[in-house]
Amino acid sequence: MIAEIGVYALILALLLALSQSFFGLAGAATRRLRWMAVARPAAYGQLFFMALSYSCLTYLFVISDYSVRYVAKYSNPLMPFFYRVAGVWGAHEGSMMLWLLVLGIWTVLVAIFSRKLPVEFSSRVLGVLGVISSGFFLFTLLTSNPFVRMLPPALHGGTLNPILEDPLLVIHPPMLYMGYVGLSVAFSFSVAALISGRMDAAWARWTRPWTLAAWVFLTIGIILGSFWSYYELGWGGWWFWDPVENASFMPWLVATALIHSLAVSEKRGAFKSWTALLAIAGFSLSLLGTFLVRSGVLISIHAFALDPKRGMFILILLGVMTVLALILYLWRAPLLWNTGGGFHFLSRESFILFNNVLLIAGCGAVFLGTIYPLFIEVLGLGKISVGPPYFDHVFIPIMFPLFILIGIGPFVSWKRGTGSKIWRRIRWPFFFWFLAALTLILVAVRQNWPIETLLGTVFGVWVLLTALIEPVRRLVLRFRGEPARLTPSVLGMSIAHFGVGVVVLGITVSTTLGIWRDMPLKPGQSYQMAGFTYRFDRIRPARGHNWKGVRATFSIHQGRSSFAIVHPEKRRFFPDGGTTTNAAIVGGVLHDLFVSLGNPLGKGRWSIRFRYEPMVILVWLGGLIMALGGFLALCDRRYRIRFDEPPYLPLDGPGPSPDSGMESHS
Amino acid sequence: MTRRYQRLVMVLLMLGCVSLAVGFALRAFNGDLLYYITPTQLYEGHAPVRGQFRLGGIVEKGSVTRIPGSMTVRFTLTDFKHTVPVVYTGILPDLFRVGQGIVVRGRMVSGIFQATQVLAKHGAKYMPPGIHQPHPSPNEEKMLALKRDLGEGTKP
Repeated sequence: MIAEIGVYALILALLLALSQSFFGLAGAATRRLRWMAVARPAAYGQLFFMALSYSCLTYLFVISDYSVRYVAKYSNPLMPFFYRVAGVWGAHEGSMMLWLLVLGIWTVLVAIFSRKLPVEFSSRVLGVLGVISSGFFLFTLLTSNPFVRMLPPALHGGTLNPILEDPLLVIHPPMLYMGYVGLSVAFSFSVAALISGRMDAAWARWTRPWTLAAWVFLTIGIILGSFWSYYELGWGGWWFWDPVENASFMPWLVATALIHSLAVSEKRGAFKSWTALLAIAGFSLSLLGTFLVRSGVLISIHAFALDPKRGMFILILLGVMTVLALILYLWRAPLLWNTGGGFHFLSRESFILFNNVLLIAGCGAVFLGTIYPLFIEVLGLGKISVGPPYFDHVFIPIMFPLFILIGIGPFVSWKRGTGSKIWRRIRWPFFFWFLAALTLILVAVRQNWPIETLLGTVFGVWVLLTALIEPVRRLVLRFRGEPARLTPSVLGMSIAHFGVGVVVLGITVSTTLGIWRDMPLKPGQSYQMAGFTYRFDRIRPARGHNWKGVRATFSIHQGRSSFAIVHPEKRRFFPDGGTTTNAAIVGGVLHDLFVSLGNPLGKGRWSIRFRYEPMVILVWLGGLIMALGGFLALCDRRYRIRFDEPPYLPLDGPGPSPDSGMESHS
Repeated sequence: MTRRYQRLVMVLLMLGCVSLAVGFALRAFNGDLLYYITPTQLYEGHAPVRGQFRLGGIVEKGSVTRIPGSMTVRFTLTDFKHTVPVVYTGILPDLFRVGQGIVVRGRMVSGIFQATQVLAKHGAKYMPPGIHQPHPSPNEEKMLALKRDLGEGTKP
C-alpha cells in the first residue's frame, strides 16, 4: 500500500514537473500571465509529491518491507535505525530519488526567491528546471523504480555494502547532490537568459549567489568524500583520480571558473557569452558525472548500477540537454553584447580571464584522462587505463600559475591597473614571503626534501600570505580610525583564497613527505618508522552487531614515552560476508599515524601497513575553509532580495549600482 | 601599447598556456598509459615489450601459495584458456580470494608476472573485461539461487 502511494506520488510529481516546464516556457514565449502563473505552484506541488514519495521509501526501509524489491536488497533489521534511513540512498534507485528530492528543493528555493524577478524571466527559469526534473522523473519511473514489488516477498533482506555503513554516508551524498544539482540553477538562469536574449549585470547578480551556494555544497561534498575514503577504505590515501572522483571534480573546477567570470559579468558587463557557456558546461559535466556513475561503464566503489539500459537513458538525457543548450547558445550568444568596453592587459578582467583559462585547461586535462579510455575501448583499439601519474603530471603544473595569479589578481583594478599600485599592496606580503621562501630553502636542503615539496610549500605560503592582505589592510585602516569596511564578499574571497593555500600546503606535505611500509609482524615484534616505534601487542577475535572479525592492539612510542594505543580491525560482515579493513588512525595537526591490518601470513604473522601522513588534515581543513569563504560571500547584503524594490523590476532596468561591492580602492 | 597589440599578447599568452597544457598531456599520455590484456592475449604476444601493463583474470583454484611468515604470495591467473603465474609481495586486498576476478599491474620477468599492485573489484559478479567463464562459478550459482529465492520482481 505504502509502495503504491510512493509510485503514484512520483507520477503526480512528474505530471506537475511537466506542467511546470510547459506553462513556464510556453507562457513566457506567448506572454500569457495566467500560464506563467502556473509554474510556481507547480514547483511547490512537485516538491510536495516528491517528498511524499521519498518519505514512503524511507518508511519502507525503516520497517524493512521485503515485498519491495529495492528494500529487500538493501535494508535489514540488523542495521541500526540511522543507517536504515540513510540506506535509502545507498544504492542506485534510492540515490535517484535523493537526486530528485534535491532538485525539487532547489526548484522551490528558486521559486520563492525569484518572486521579485521579472515574471517572464522567472517563469523561464522554472520552466527549464521543470524540463530537467521531468527528464529525471521519467528516468526513475522507467528504468529504476524503487517501489517495484516482489512476489512472494523475500525472507531475508540483503545489506548495504559494509563500507557504506558509516556516519559520513549520511551527509556525503546529500551534500554532493546539493552541489551537483545546484548547478542546474545556474544552467537554467543561463538558458533562460539565452532564450530572452538579454543578459545584463542584474542577471549576473541573480546568478551569483546560486552558483556560489552550489559551489559551497560541492566543495563540502568532495571534501567529505575524500575524508571518508581516507579513513574508511582502510589503506589511506585521500584522492585516487578515480573516474567517479573526477566526475565530481570537473564540475567543481568549472563552477570555480564560473564564480569568477560571473564577477566580471556583474561588475563590468563583460565575458557574458563565456559565462553563459560555463554555466551550461558546469551542469553538463554534472550530468556526465551521473552518466559515468550510473551507467556501469566504470567500475568503482561508487558505481552500483550495472545496467546498460540506464546508461543509455542518461546518455540520451545528457545529450539532449547539452546539445539543445549549445544550439540555443550558438543561436543567441551573438546577441549578448558586452557592455563593459575593453580592458587593459594589466587589469582584474585579464587576471580573471587567465584564472578561467587555467581552470578550464585543468578541467580539460582531467576530462581527457577520464574519457580517453572509454573512447579507446569504444573504437576497439584495446583497453587502456590512465593512472594517477597522468593526472599528477598534467593537472598539477597547470595549477601552479594559478597560485601566482591568485596572490595578485585581487589587487589589480578593474579595467586598467597600475604596477605601482599593485606593488604597494603586495610589497609587505612579498617581503614576508621572500623570508619564508629562504627559510624553506634552508630547511629543504637540511632535511633533504624533494623539489616538489619545496615548490609546493613556497607557492602555498605565497597564497596564504597574499590572502591575508585585504582583511589585514582594512583592519589596520579601521584601527587608525579611517573608514574601511570589510564586506562579507571581500572577507569571503580572502578566506576562500586562504583555504586554497592551506590545501596546497596539505597536499604538498602529505604526498611528498608521507611514507608507508608493509611489514610482516607477529605479536611481540616492533617496527620503527619516522621516529615512532609500533609494538604489535596482541590480536584477538572481536564482534559487533552485524560483523565478526579480529582486533589487534598496537602500542606506539615516541622515543621512550608512550604515545598512543591503537586497535586496527578486520571485519567480516554477515549475512553476505563483505570484508572491511578498519584502520586505526591517530590524528593530529602535524601528522597522522595510520596502522591497518592486512592478511594472516601463517606462523602467527600478519601483514601490517604503517603510514606516516604529515599534515594531511590540512587538505580537508583547507577545503572547509574554502567552503566557509564561499558561505560568507553568500551572506553579502547585495544578494538579498530587496523588498523595497518594485516587483517585476524590468530586466534591463537600473539595478543597485554595480560598483557597490568588492571594490573600495581609494 | 595599442589595443590590437594588447589583444595579440593576450591571445599569444593564452595559446602558450593551452599548448603547454597539451604538451604536458601528450607527454604524460606516452608514459602513463597502461594497457590491459588477458592471459590469452599475453600468449599471443600482445604484451608491451617493456614497461608495466595490467593483466586481468581469475585466481585459479589451489594455486595460491605463500612462504609461511613472508609477504610474498604466488598464484596463477587464468582466463580458462591460458594461465599466467604471478608473484606479488605486499598486502592483498580484502576481496582477494580463489575464483575471484582480479586485475594485477606489473611486468613480465622471465615468464613470471611480477605484480606491483593487485586490485580486486567490489561485487561478486565482477569479471575482468574480456574474460568469459565457460560455466557458472560457485559464486554465480549462489547468485542464481538467491535470485530464485527472491523471485522475480513485479510492478505494483
